[in-house]
Amino acid sequence: MRYDCLLDSVGHTPLIGLPNLSPSKDVRLWAKLEDRNPTGSVKDRAALAMIEAAEADGSLTPGCTILEPTSGNTGISLAMAARLKGYKLICVMPENTSPERSQLLRMWGAEIISSPAAGGSNEAVRVAKQVAAENPDWVMLYQYGNPANAQAHYRTTGPELLHDLPTITHFVAGLGTTGTLMGCGRFLREKVPGISIVAAEPRYGELVYGLRNLDEGFVPELYDPSILTTRFSVGPLDAVRRTRELLELEGIFAGISTGAILHAALGVAAKAANAGEKADVAFIVCDGGWKYLSTGAYEGTLEEAEAALDGQLWA
Amino acid sequence: MAIEVSIPTILRTYTDGAKSVEAAGATLSELIADLEAQFPGLADRLVEDGSLRRFVNIYINDEDVRFLGGIDAPLTDGDNVTVLPAVAGGA
Repeated sequence: MRYDCLLDSVGHTPLIGLPNLSPSKDVRLWAKLEDRNPTGSVKDRAALAMIEAAEADGSLTPGCTILEPTSGNTGISLAMAARLKGYKLICVMPENTSPERSQLLRMWGAEIISSPAAGGSNEAVRVAKQVAAENPDWVMLYQYGNPANAQAHYRTTGPELLHDLPTITHFVAGLGTTGTLMGCGRFLREKVPGISIVAAEPRYGELVYGLRNLDEGFVPELYDPSILTTRFSVGPLDAVRRTRELLELEGIFAGISTGAILHAALGVAAKAANAGEKADVAFIVCDGGWKYLSTGAYEGTLEEAEAALDGQLWA
Repeated sequence: MAIEVSIPTILRTYTDGAKSVEAAGATLSELIADLEAQFPGLADRLVEDGSLRRFVNIYINDEDVRFLGGIDAPLTDGDNVTVLPAVAGGA
């Protein structure tokens, strides 16, 4: 495929069958390789869509500074697009993220404001909102509440999935901003009667849930539970185990959040197989494993990997 | 009937610091009533006007109870229940 510039090449990712992980010929698993996007993650879709929406409505003008709370991937996508389009980017990032992420952000020219590890992304959102209030001329795209995030998946990821897999029965993705699930989910529900939309949410270590009180909890503004069929919480042990299985059995080197998604996908696939139903289960490979090599998830026993991930924002 | 319930850091003031406690009930609502009997004050932190509080997530065997019937979700002996505050995921 030929494109006029890197930004034009976002999306159109391959959908790969997983014959070795699929329970049977009637219940098949399909991986959508979002690591094949320009900066190597699914977030290129949302980041570009949010920037284009802000340009279209006039809130983002040449020379502007963009501010965004991110644990890594969205920031990296924004940094690439901002560099090519001439914006300055400041990311608020929790300090318990892998060093590869901050290194990549700096390479693309982003500036990083660190937020405390305790509280994870909640704290990054809180700090970013505070910084935004102090700097009213900066533009916060705010991925957790920006409709352009979900719209990117409604417009591109959803249609790509349906085109490549018209027999799709289940769609499984990670739940962070909820943009992928809301956008794809809405599109697929309109086109495929009876489809299951399944969320896999990472379950972190205690440090990340260390709120001062329950009222500081957070539900992304984009989240609409009526789009989902169900939602699973997946801990680091299952996420790492599945990440390794994906590599060992199917050759795909993915990040740890993809392992959590695969765990949920295998769960719904097994249920369909036990019920004697036919199923085509598509799930998102969010990114490759490169940015997480330093976390310890890819070597040693599963228990050692689980211990190494404790307290880290691994998805 | 014993069901293991894991308690998040922020609510352990009610359980004398215990990370995990045992309780009984055929539904989530009965389980929460039993928790309240053992740890007075806990139910109010989980439930408001008969439904789960906005920033509280409860999972039965890792599945979100809001998709299993909410407060009326059925429970079976040996189930694992996890209570977690709703927080922003990585992105």
